[in-house]
Amino acid sequence: MAGNTFLLEVVTPERIALSEEVKFVVVPAMEGELGILSNHAPIVAGLKIGVLRYTQPNGEVHYMALSGGLMEVIDNEAKVLAETAEHGREIDLLRAKAAKERAERRLAERKDQISYVRAQMALLRALARIKASELERGGYSGY
Amino acid sequence: MAKGVRDYKRRIRSVNNTMQITKAMKMVAAAKLRRAQERAEASRPYTGKLQEVVARLVAMAVQAKHPLLERHDPIKKVTYVVITADRGLCGAFNANIIRKAIEAISQDERPVEAGIVAVGRKGRDFFRKRGYNMQGDFINLGDKLDYTQAREIGQFIAQLYEEGAADEVYLVYAHFVNAMRQVPTVQKVLPIETPEEITAEAEEFAKFAPDYIYEPNVEEILISVLPRYLMSLVYHAMLESKASEHGARMTAMGNATDNASELVQVLTLEMNKARQAAITAEIIEISSGAEALKKGGK
Repeated sequence: MAGNTFLLEVVTPERIALSEEVKFVVVPAMEGELGILSNHAPIVAGLKIGVLRYTQPNGEVHYMALSGGLMEVIDNEAKVLAETAEHGREIDLLRAKAAKERAERRLAERKDQISYVRAQMALLRALARIKASELERGGYSGY
Repeated sequence: MAKGVRDYKRRIRSVNNTMQITKAMKMVAAAKLRRAQERAEASRPYTGKLQEVVARLVAMAVQAKHPLLERHDPIKKVTYVVITADRGLCGAFNANIIRKAIEAISQDERPVEAGIVAVGRKGRDFFRKRGYNMQGDFINLGDKLDYTQAREIGQFIAQLYEEGAADEVYLVYAHFVNAMRQVPTVQKVLPIETPEEITAEAEEFAKFAPDYIYEPNVEEILISVLPRYLMSLVYHAMLESKASEHGARMTAMGNATDNASELVQVLTLEMNKARQAAITAEIIEISSGAEALKKGGK
């Protein structure tokens, strides 16, 4: 097995959310999903709000919700720096859905520019969390 | 006549009550200090890694431009982000930070105008009362800092800088050494510069890594990374200041408790003396009265 795994670390200001050997990772890069296998060339990629998925050496796939940041790959180590990162299994689906509805209501109100943009970001974050949570549970309903 | 036993008793009870409060505050501060330290510890990998990435980006993409990297010339307005506590009862903690900020302002020999962004009520009240140029304030941040607060403050100062309301920005906060020692520190955050040793390392790296890929491109990445780097610096300073505050409060309350218990000892001794004196006086009265009766009876 040696040689086809690499270290994936997901770091936020509050904790190291993940640090383990993986076979494959897909991150939500700015211009679409970006997949990384071991021995990837050095890269820095900007990330947007979305879902990261990684494949463990035993083939299991897990999902995390990220709220933007960046990823750097050098020397067969992938480091994801994100403002928040939540494991799919940690996410409270009911809360995420409530947040989604709240954001949608705010968007419908169309108050001022700033709160509109804020609501938009909140909606994207809520959607990413719902998606990560449902994918992790195997019941993604699609949004 | 000297104070009565009752007066001493009342006084001792009052000091004891105060001591209980200071003791409780000390324990609470100790618990909060531990949590604050853990948070500061937990933020280190993120800040450190971000610093490395920024240094590499700047070293390798020399031509890349971003408003937060650009030096302003001439420099006319310097902003100090002063991070103090919302509350007192922590010794000279707030005073030390404020003094450091004033010192930095007066030592700047360039013809500049100083502005203050106050984080924490104590700093805001001080600078506002003395008529400093207040550019913003953030208060009631609570004991449980989170990254969102740092993000707000970071966005605010980035905006000041981009609009030209600030030509340089410094953070003034207390660097946490241990519970007894907190060092007031001034740190330049804008324009963004990375520490020298990290820059040197990054330049070394840049020489050997010509095939670094940027996705989508350097400019976009700088736009996303630089504000985050600024926020992480603010977050770090806030966590340090918070840990320092709890450390200072713990020490101050520990001293207060010690002083109070010393006072109780002194007062107890005085009270016993007073009681003894009262008893002696009473015995003398009785015995002299008896003596007088004996003599009178003859």
